[in-house]
Amino acid sequence: MADREERRFAEVSRESVKLMAESAGVELGDDVAALLAEDVCYRLREATQSSSQFMRHAKRRKLTVEDFNRALRWSKVEAVCGYGAQDALPFCPAKEGELFFIEDRDINLVELALATNIPKGCAETMVRVNVSYLDGKGNLEPQGTVPTAVQSLSEDLLKYYQQITRAILGEDPHLMKVALLDLQSNSKIAALLPYFVYVISGVKSVSHDLEQLNRLLHMVKSLVQNPYLYLGSYVRSLVSSVMYCILEPLAASINPLNDHWTLRDYAALLLSHIFWTHGDLVSGLYHQILLSLQKVLSDPVRPLCSHYGAVVGLHALGWKAVERVLFPHLPAYWANLQAVLDDYSVSNAQVKADGHKVYGAILVAVERLLKMKALSLSQPAEGGSGGQPGSAVGGRVSSPGLSPPPEPLSEAALGIASHLQAGGAGCPWEEWTPVPLPAMYCELYSFFGDSLAVRFSTGPGFGSYPPCAPSQLADTRKEPCGPASNPDTARKMPQLTANLNISPRQDGSPRTDPPPPSLAATGPGRSLARSSSSSSSSVQRSRSSSSRPGQRSTGPSRDVFPKARFTSPQAGLPVFTFLIGGRQMGRRCQGRRPFQTAFAPTPPISSVPPRAYAHKLPVIGRVGKPVRRWACSHYSLHLPL
Amino acid sequence: MAAVQGGPVDAVEEKDIKTEPSNDGCGSNSTNDGRAASASPGSGAPAAGAKPAAAAPEDQQTLLAVLQFLKKNKLTESVDILRREAGLPEDSLDLKGADSSAAGSGGDLGAADASSLLSRVTASSSAVVQAPTKAAGEDQPDVNVVLSAYSQQGDPKLYPVYYNGLKRFIESVLDCHRAELSQVFYPLFVHMYLELVYNNYESEAKAFFEKFRGDQECYYEDDLRILSSLSKREHMRGNETLLDFRTSKFVLRISRDSYQLLKRHLQERQNNQIWNIIQEHLYIDIFDGMPRSKSQIDAMSGSLAGEAKREANKAKVYYGLLKEPEIELPLDDEDEEAENEEGKPKKKKPKKDSVGSKSKKQDPNAPQQTRIPLPELKDSDKLDKIMYMKEATKRIRLGPENLPSICFYSFLNAYQGLTAVDFTDDSSLIAGGFADSTVRVWSVTPKKLRKVKSAADLNLIDKESDDVLERIMDEKTASELKILYGHSGPVYGISFSPDRNYLLSSSEDGTVRLWSLQTFTCLVGYKGHNYPVWDTHFSPHGYYFVSGGHDRVARLWATDHYQPLRIFSGHLADVTCTRFHPNSNYVATGSSDRTIRLWDVLNGSCVRIFTGHKGPIHALAFSPNGKFLASGATDSRVLLWDIGHGLMIGELKGHTDSIYSLRFSRDGEILASGSMDNTVRLWNATKAFDDLETDDFTAATGHVHLQDNSQELLLGTYMSKSTPVINLHFTRRNLLLAAGSYNP
Repeated sequence: MADREERRFAEVSRESVKLMAESAGVELGDDVAALLAEDVCYRLREATQSSSQFMRHAKRRKLTVEDFNRALRWSKVEAVCGYGAQDALPFCPAKEGELFFIEDRDINLVELALATNIPKGCAETMVRVNVSYLDGKGNLEPQGTVPTAVQSLSEDLLKYYQQITRAILGEDPHLMKVALLDLQSNSKIAALLPYFVYVISGVKSVSHDLEQLNRLLHMVKSLVQNPYLYLGSYVRSLVSSVMYCILEPLAASINPLNDHWTLRDYAALLLSHIFWTHGDLVSGLYHQILLSLQKVLSDPVRPLCSHYGAVVGLHALGWKAVERVLFPHLPAYWANLQAVLDDYSVSNAQVKADGHKVYGAILVAVERLLKMKALSLSQPAEGGSGGQPGSAVGGRVSSPGLSPPPEPLSEAALGIASHLQAGGAGCPWEEWTPVPLPAMYCELYSFFGDSLAVRFSTGPGFGSYPPCAPSQLADTRKEPCGPASNPDTARKMPQLTANLNISPRQDGSPRTDPPPPSLAATGPGRSLARSSSSSSSSVQRSRSSSSRPGQRSTGPSRDVFPKARFTSPQAGLPVFTFLIGGRQMGRRCQGRRPFQTAFAPTPPISSVPPRAYAHKLPVIGRVGKPVRRWACSHYSLHLPL
Repeated sequence: MAAVQGGPVDAVEEKDIKTEPSNDGCGSNSTNDGRAASASPGSGAPAAGAKPAAAAPEDQQTLLAVLQFLKKNKLTESVDILRREAGLPEDSLDLKGADSSAAGSGGDLGAADASSLLSRVTASSSAVVQAPTKAAGEDQPDVNVVLSAYSQQGDPKLYPVYYNGLKRFIESVLDCHRAELSQVFYPLFVHMYLELVYNNYESEAKAFFEKFRGDQECYYEDDLRILSSLSKREHMRGNETLLDFRTSKFVLRISRDSYQLLKRHLQERQNNQIWNIIQEHLYIDIFDGMPRSKSQIDAMSGSLAGEAKREANKAKVYYGLLKEPEIELPLDDEDEEAENEEGKPKKKKPKKDSVGSKSKKQDPNAPQQTRIPLPELKDSDKLDKIMYMKEATKRIRLGPENLPSICFYSFLNAYQGLTAVDFTDDSSLIAGGFADSTVRVWSVTPKKLRKVKSAADLNLIDKESDDVLERIMDEKTASELKILYGHSGPVYGISFSPDRNYLLSSSEDGTVRLWSLQTFTCLVGYKGHNYPVWDTHFSPHGYYFVSGGHDRVARLWATDHYQPLRIFSGHLADVTCTRFHPNSNYVATGSSDRTIRLWDVLNGSCVRIFTGHKGPIHALAFSPNGKFLASGATDSRVLLWDIGHGLMIGELKGHTDSIYSLRFSRDGEILASGSMDNTVRLWNATKAFDDLETDDFTAATGHVHLQDNSQELLLGTYMSKSTPVINLHFTRRNLLLAAGSYNP
């Protein structure tokens, strides 16, 4: 306290005083200088004190040079001239020595005189009135919508607005480009922002016209990229419009020839861009977006293109979003998708094609999830969350660059548009616990089969994660054990891939002894030393076999996903069923129940074994060019990894 | 001294403490000297010298000082004459001289004492020379004289010991006394520190400050910061805050029991150092009854010079409203109403409860109608009054369930800095004062602002015609905005006259200017403050106005006098805001000394001092019925005061930044406050005023017991769009207007 108090004042050192005296041609003794320095400090404080009074009466928060000069003048001291500028004066250090000075740039008068961009005079001071609160209730004019008083715009701005909107929504692509470029760099359009936002909110009325939607999205992008614009609460409105393009079954998508997929991809990319650059402007935005995506994903009535949008949206928001929302939903969703994909009737052809799209999108998302998760495990220190990486990968904790700041989930959503799900009541967040990577991988593998594995094997440095979390390690062990099952030796070659290569699945033969990555069997109490050092397959096997009977006895878990493909009577598969069922009953029962019932009446089980299916589909989603291109650019743009 | 003199002197001293006016300058100085002498425990002699001093404390000491001066200047004849006239014994002077030197003999301090004594004498000499026989009348607080009161003697090493001793004592007393006695800490701390600084014990002073500053209440932080920057005797000379500490006694209210406790302790310990400070620099207002609680004390303290003395708030205040002049109200309403919307001349009036019916009988608390002369009503004023009444009938009754709508007037592109805003009473005009010295007036109705035609053109018009008032206006000059140039510094205060013909503006250049809203020119520049004028306000009846500024006084002016009619002086720091009572008989001023004073316009006396704010006061508002006052300060609190009883009756907490505007709704049900935190808050004034307990004890002692019910009283918080709210106004129909400049 005392220290801070001391430092609160500017101190003028005796050296400074001496220096100044010298420059005035006076030689000062040490004691004189010290006395003077002290007095100067006191006078400075006094002047500051009285200048603050001028600031207060001018109803400002910022003390200006003018205030200080006034105080000096009233105490009969000469004013300090030359620093009356409104902007902050840059105070910079000299490179050599501890010398600081105020930067005083030379101004080239010739340049100034011949400058073409003549600054305009200040706009006229004026008074504008608006009814802020009617009967003390609410804001008549909710933030983010367009003010009704259009006439309050100046002539120039109005003209600009008309030109720009006409150019962007018009036919000429060149003109559009110019307009967008200007929108991206113009520093004087702050007043028009609400109008543009309003125009953009017109997406709902042009959902039949992909071209227009595209243009509007480009407009969003330009606005978002304009460094002079403070979007403020308009972010909400923009996000809402973008979400519309991502999620809605647009009228344009009725015609299969329309490439609305690209639009959705672009919109998702835009969403992530807005979110990463402006997400801090609106509190709770991240969770609202996640909630609405989750809602769409869990709604089986929605068309597949909406689901596709939700998936790419999640993907765009980062792997944490995928892990948090998509991954837990996958088992429930898979059944639905499976049914679509397995229907070979002609009438279903279109839907099935859509289904493949979704499949591809999920695959991409999930693969990135695995990769990033592996990476994050291998670099736990970066997350700053040290210790347990397995538990620290929550969407909120690790990798500061990746996850938004923690926000209260129950954030009240004021003036929220329809496409942002309000947090809280409608769709409660599930108890979310991170799933360890191997378990996740196993589960995903059960869905995608080798199409996933191939991907995974290309992942960088997966095997190098530190063997810290016991449960996760135990799971790793439980993968069919091969010669390379020791993580220490498998540094270069991802361990799981190695395992898979020699696993019986590879040759397509029915698996007799499937990997049992059961969570129930891997209690958190398992000691680290034991699991990491032994690496004996026999232990794993015996454990898995011992756990199996117990799991089988959990009867109801079978009914949960009666139609899911992995409940097929094939040997080995029941393990997965148990796995999921067990989790279901154990930890996330409440949260998941709605989805279970929702999927109950899905088509009958396919007899195709998962791997067989997965083999049939390795190409899907990889050929889907837009997805890939987008995904790649997304990595390069926003991920620090 | 107590040890020597025992009981009877106690009684005298107590009387002394209670009756002594807040004397400043030499008077108190000489008293001080006498005390210092008689109190010095080392010498056995003082008993004799102190007796007469105690008997006639004031005059005797002054005379002694004068005698000493005369003697020093070898004016032996004058010495003899004066001594004979005053009936002083021959030896009294010598005794005193011996005394002071004896007091000073405590080692190396003697020299300092002598020189300070000398400085005191030389400083006061000018006054004495001019009027040698009326030496007692010298009451200018000369800086040197004032400061020399600090030439106390004592071992600097012992200061912390003394302070600590007292601290331990106060910590050990019963809980009920502890809070009261703790009040002593802050003034003691300040004065001990200043004594140390004055006597050039710089390092000791610093150590003392660092050691005990943490003990002080947080609301003194601002003053402590000023103090901490002061570490040299030379600095004390020009420091205003410091002068305040010295020239005014810090007022404490302590119950008799607690006071006795303190006194006994100090006497037992022979703690003369502290006792002297208490005697000289503190005014202890003793009351009989229960000691106050910590919260009660905290509610009232915080001002620069402690609490108000109880006597200060004893005077009768006629807070009632004046009888309305009787104007027959034409009953032809409806159709005429529609036209009037446009803004036929309307006129401001003192706000009334319900207009028509109540005005017949005289309010017992109201001042006499002619207590101060008020201007006659003109025809146009009567017309306006009628308009006002009509509007009043359409007024919305506000309440917790029925909150007002709020319109926000945003000043756009106010790069030059908006510093003050005012609305006319009928809400037809809005004026802004700017930091670039301009005043701008806007019409907020479709009716444009027009100037009167030039003299030559006026000659041409038909003076007999019915619409002559319309004809004199120059249609060519019609515009929405008029800019008034004239000031040479930022305009800090602005106020419309009730009849909308004039506008007042006060500025940093030390003047108040009166502008005509007919010709849009400056009519008068009132000079008198000579320092920045922070605020000005027109009387609700017109003609008079008040201004207050950096020179620490408020002045009452009449528009047709170039010199002030009254000067209200008493604040210890800048007068930051001024406001007229609805009956025009009183003026309230808020100050950076964190007090609010109410002044009687008739005789210029201060009739109320309200303490309790912890920061400079920037907003004041009278309730429409004249009974209550609301004040807002930089401590982001609103306090409510009962003017009649002189009591604090409410504290409204909720804002997070300085409050710059306050306004009651037309019927006084709602209080609106606007702040730098970009919000307008509405408070349930009815409830706040109804709930208060005014039993006899509270009224008699002034000990408020505030319940913390801000949250219940807060009816709503309304955000502006990053615009600080610097003015609020209720239209005649109770629509709330707010104004501020948008600062992105």
